[in-house]
Amino acid sequence: MSEPFEPKVVAFLCNWCSYAGADNAGIARMPSPPNILPIRVMCSGRVSPEMVLRAFRSGADGVLVLGCHIGDCHYISGNHRTAKRIPLLRNLLGYVGINPDRLRLDWVSSAEAPKFAKVTQEFVETVRALGPMARDSATEETGG
Amino acid sequence: MITFTIDGQTVQAEEGETILDVARREGIHIPTLCYHPAVEPYGACRMCTVEVERRGWTKLEASCTMPARDGLIVRTNTPDVYRFRQSLMGVFLSRCPNVPLIQELAAEYGVTEPPYPTATPEEKCILCGLCVRVCHDVVGAKALNFSSRGVDRLVGPPFLESAHECIACGACSIVCPTGAIEIALEDEAIYKEKPIGPTSAIHVPSLQAVPRIPVIDTNACIRFRQNDLTDGEIADACGVCQTMCEAGAIDFDQQDELVQLKVGAIVVATGFAMWDPKELPDLGYGRSPNIMTGLEFERLTGAAGPTAGQILTAEGKVPKKVAIIHCVGSRDERAHAYCSRFCCMYSLKQAHQVKDKTGAEVYSIYMDMRTFGKDYEEFYRRIRGEGIQFIQGRPSQVTVDPVTGKIFVEVEDILLGQVMELDIDMMVLATAIEPPPDAARIASTFGLGRTPDGWFAEAHPKLKPVETASAGVFLAGCAQGPRDVPDTVAHAGAAALEAVRLFNRGEVTISPTVAIVDAVKCVGCGECIMTCPYHAIDHGAEGKAVVNAVLCQGCGTCAATCPAGAITALHFTDEEIVAQIDGLLDLVV
Repeated sequence: MSEPFEPKVVAFLCNWCSYAGADNAGIARMPSPPNILPIRVMCSGRVSPEMVLRAFRSGADGVLVLGCHIGDCHYISGNHRTAKRIPLLRNLLGYVGINPDRLRLDWVSSAEAPKFAKVTQEFVETVRALGPMARDSATEETGG
Repeated sequence: MITFTIDGQTVQAEEGETILDVARREGIHIPTLCYHPAVEPYGACRMCTVEVERRGWTKLEASCTMPARDGLIVRTNTPDVYRFRQSLMGVFLSRCPNVPLIQELAAEYGVTEPPYPTATPEEKCILCGLCVRVCHDVVGAKALNFSSRGVDRLVGPPFLESAHECIACGACSIVCPTGAIEIALEDEAIYKEKPIGPTSAIHVPSLQAVPRIPVIDTNACIRFRQNDLTDGEIADACGVCQTMCEAGAIDFDQQDELVQLKVGAIVVATGFAMWDPKELPDLGYGRSPNIMTGLEFERLTGAAGPTAGQILTAEGKVPKKVAIIHCVGSRDERAHAYCSRFCCMYSLKQAHQVKDKTGAEVYSIYMDMRTFGKDYEEFYRRIRGEGIQFIQGRPSQVTVDPVTGKIFVEVEDILLGQVMELDIDMMVLATAIEPPPDAARIASTFGLGRTPDGWFAEAHPKLKPVETASAGVFLAGCAQGPRDVPDTVAHAGAAALEAVRLFNRGEVTISPTVAIVDAVKCVGCGECIMTCPYHAIDHGAEGKAVVNAVLCQGCGTCAATCPAGAITALHFTDEEIVAQIDGLLDLVV
């Protein structure tokens, strides 16, 4: 029981910007926390709400969705969908007893290795402060 | 067709042509003063008077206004005509005794001294009205007219005050046969703007322009300026070029056209723009006309330039000391962090040219000499041997003496560890290049990525230097990043070949990562059709969604959107991603 809490964070990274950004962060030896569990998708628009909820149900303490900056999407407007979908999902997370701060959407281009490192570090710290999933609300957290 | 004779030669004329028109076409000389092909004839000076015989009667007529008729017998040089012109020149010479053109013409008719008293020896205007007609009919400005009558008659702007209508186009001054009109510009802005740029409204953009076709500078062209100044009220001013161009190549009525082309590949070769050195005022650009960019220096030293290739300061003197500054705006965090790559070489060439043409003391102030190409280092060594002073360092301060115009440059030579102060006559700045201002628009049009410094991103920095993230779109030259001529030629050749390769195969390979629709699950709601950024999905048979696999790029946004779960993004299926999620989370438990 004395082992410190290490959050598990599932990160959906778009193939063209954020995954490449993560790659570049690694090449540049920029530390990003090992708590990040990356899943490559072609576009952040591929990330459906079901996948986010599935991640929470399977035991993730936080979910991070990273895509190209608006206007820079490799698929022209795929991330416009993400920009609408994820905030809406955040609003709904509270109803199923999940703190919305456990889900974060951000934009990281392939050239923004430092930003990738910064966003992942920040988010892991946020989730660490929130603690494991079940502690979120007064009622027992269902996990989706 | 009208047939008549001039000086015994049978000529033919179209209806409406004057005798002068026909004579000029046939190469028969008739002297004129108030005639100009760009304006309607006016018959003011009578110099073109000829003898016309019709039905046995002869009389003297001004040939510029006399229409050609069948059966006329025209004689351009009879004793009567000679005497008429002689007396005319006597009058002109008495009015304007000191105008060279009048003196010469008068001498041709044997008049060497003014036969009448000359009241105004400095008078130059012969009241031919050519300037008035040009200003009214061609320019449309109506800034000049006749005033007063009889001996007081004169030409000028209303009340002889500077006229608002005058656009300082200079057309009146150009057509005036006697040089009576001089343009004194109160506001020289239009000429000051480009001191060593082209000065004529129509010019070939550069000596080696491809295609070698003249362009019209809309800021200088009378027609465009009148149109702008009068808000389109005078839209048909001047147009002399259109009238005169025998090939009929000038068409002011041309409108922009939107042309749709179906193409198999696109090469983006949009090049670069020059960075504006005014952004960093510490190097003094704009404070002295003798501080110029490398491009302006090229214009100055070019054989077709304003000084015919002589290197002169703005004061018209040969400079004794010239400084050439490398890396202006390049490798500078305040402007552009990257190296513009080709400036070192042209700056060395310019140092050589200054030394060679003027023998001046040349200071080459550089950060690092980047002579990276084949034979470039050898060129650098050659220039080093020409007695040019190389100073490794950055100018810390540039001041311009307001009285003498001398330029003082303070620079630390880091090899000597010494601060030097140079007083120089001319300074050339090797300014950085940067992506053109509309690069963002081009990038979104063609679906291109851009690197943080703004150049278009290639698909891979080493292995795919001409490909882009968009299939079938290739990059050539400086659109992708700074490069010199040989590198650009090689890069462009590679881009062209990549494009041709697509054509030769006759088919395209597409990625297997596409979306497919399960027609049984699809309810035909159309959500995916609205979502797809590529318009790759449409309603097919029975209203079900159908994916066009050629257009589909495999982003999977439709799969995430489909409320019925009918769309599968191949290689990124829901099952695969869920398995990854579960697998990852199991692993770390």
